[in-house]
Amino acid sequence: MIRIEQVNKKFRRLQVLENISARFDQGQVIALIGPNGSGKTTLIKSILGMVRPDSGKIFVREQQVNGDPAYRKDIGYMPQIGRYPDNMKVGQLFRMMTKIRNASSTGLDEDLYRQFDIPSITEKPMRTLSGGTRQKVSAALAFLFNPPILILDEPTAGLDPLSSEILKEKIITEKKKNKLILITSHVLSDLEELTTHIMYLQEGKMQFLKDLQTLQEETGELKLGKAIARVMQGYDTNNEWIDQIFAVEKNNETPAK
Amino acid sequence: MLKLSRYVLYDILRNKIVIAYTLFLFIVSFSMFRMEENGSKALLSLLSIVLIVLPLVSLVFTTIHYFNSYEFIELMLSQPLSRTRILLSEYAGVCLSLLSAFWMGVGIPVLVFSPDPTGLALLFTGTSLTVVFTSIAFLAAVRSRDKARGIGFALLLWFYFALIYDGLVLLILFSFSEYPMEKFTLLLSALNPIDLGRIFIMLKMDISALMGYTGALYKDFFGSGQGVLFTAGIMGLWAILPLWGALRSFKRKDM
Repeated sequence: MIRIEQVNKKFRRLQVLENISARFDQGQVIALIGPNGSGKTTLIKSILGMVRPDSGKIFVREQQVNGDPAYRKDIGYMPQIGRYPDNMKVGQLFRMMTKIRNASSTGLDEDLYRQFDIPSITEKPMRTLSGGTRQKVSAALAFLFNPPILILDEPTAGLDPLSSEILKEKIITEKKKNKLILITSHVLSDLEELTTHIMYLQEGKMQFLKDLQTLQEETGELKLGKAIARVMQGYDTNNEWIDQIFAVEKNNETPAK
Repeated sequence: MLKLSRYVLYDILRNKIVIAYTLFLFIVSFSMFRMEENGSKALLSLLSIVLIVLPLVSLVFTTIHYFNSYEFIELMLSQPLSRTRILLSEYAGVCLSLLSAFWMGVGIPVLVFSPDPTGLALLFTGTSLTVVFTSIAFLAAVRSRDKARGIGFALLLWFYFALIYDGLVLLILFSFSEYPMEKFTLLLSALNPIDLGRIFIMLKMDISALMGYTGALYKDFFGSGQGVLFTAGIMGLWAILPLWGALRSFKRKDM
C-alpha cells in the first residue's frame, strides 16, 4: 500500500533520511522505532507530503506522492503534537473536517469520538484544552473517516492509562479490519501487543524492517525490547539508547512488584 | 476553495482587528469630509491616508495572520487538499476581509459625499493597493522562517515603497535633469504601486495643472482610456507576480 523508494532528505547539512526504501502492505501494523531525531517524524511527514524529499519516490496505493493531494483521503493522521486553530471550538473543528473530506455523516467511525467523550466538550475553544485532551481530539479525528491507512505519531504520549487502553483496543479492532497502521512510539511495551512488523531507524538510516516473528526467532527473545536490543548488538551500532530504555523499564517494574 | 475561505474569514472576524480597522477608516473619512467644505480637498487629504495606511495595514496584518494560522495550514496539509488551494483560500480570505473594511470605511463616505470620477479613482486605487500589498505580504511571509522576521521584512518593504522609493526617484531626476526624463518617469511610476496610485488620482484632480510639462504629459497619458488600462494592468501584475512567487515557494516548503 505504501512503497518508499530510495528517499533522501537533508535539512541544511543534517541528513535526516538516508536512502530509505521500504514497503508496507495491508493488514500490517508497522512500529517505527528509533531514538529521538532518528527521522521517524520526517519519514511520516514525507508520506503525507508535508516534507518534500530531496530525491526518491513515495507511492501510496500506487499514487505517487507529488502534487496531487487526492491520496491523502485514504490516510488518517494523528500528529505527535496536535496543533489546531486557537479560536476554533471542538465541535466546529469536527464539522469543518467532515466538510473538507466531503464525508457524509452516516459513514463516520465515531467509536473514539464517543469513548473519549468528545460530545461533552464541543463548545470549548481548542486553546483551552489540555495536552491530553488535544491528543484525544487528534485520535478521534484520525479514525473518524474510516481510512484504510492510519498513521499515528506517538499516539499514547500524554494520554491517561484508561484512554491509552481505549486507543490500543481501537487500534487492534482496526488491525483486524485489514488496514495498514503505522505507529511510532518510545513505549515498547505498548507496541508489543499491536505490531506485526518493526522498522528501526537510526540517524536517518533504516537498520532493519522485519516481522515480529522473524525477529523473535532470530534473537530467541520473546519480549520486543530485548529482541531489538539483541539485534542491535548484532548490528554493532550505537545501542546506548536501548540500554537506557531497559534501565527505565526496570526502574518502572521494580516498585510494581 | 470558498469552503476553506469561509473558515479563514470567520477566524479573521473573530479577532476584531479588521473591525477596528474599518471603524478607523470610517471615522477618518467621515471627519475629513465634515471638516473640509470642498469635497476635492477632502479627497486629497484622504488620499494621503489611503496611500500610507492601506499598504502598511495590508502588509502587517497579512503577515501576522499568516503566522497565526500556521496551525490551520498544517492541519489542512494532512488532508486531501492541494497546497495551491490552501494558500489561495488564505489569500482570498485575508484579501476579502481587508477589502470589505476599505469599502465600508472609505467607500461609503466617498460615495455619499463625493461620488465623482475623482472619488471613484480613489476607491479604485485603494482596492488595488489592498490587493497588491496583501499579495506582497504573502510572498514575504511564506519566505520568512518565523513571525519576527516576517513582520520585519513586511515593514522594510513598506518603508521602501512608501518612503525610500520617492527619495530614489528624486535623486535620479536631479542627477539627470539635463536629459528629457518624461517617458522615463512614467516607467519609474510603474515600479511602485503607491506612486502609480498617487499619480492616477492626482491627475483626476485640477492640481495637475501645477505640475508643469511633466504634469501635462502625465495628464495626456493617464487621462486617456489607455492610461486607465495601463494603471489597471500594472496593478494586476503587482498583484499576480508576488502571489505567484508565494505559491511557488509554498509548494516547495517543508512544514
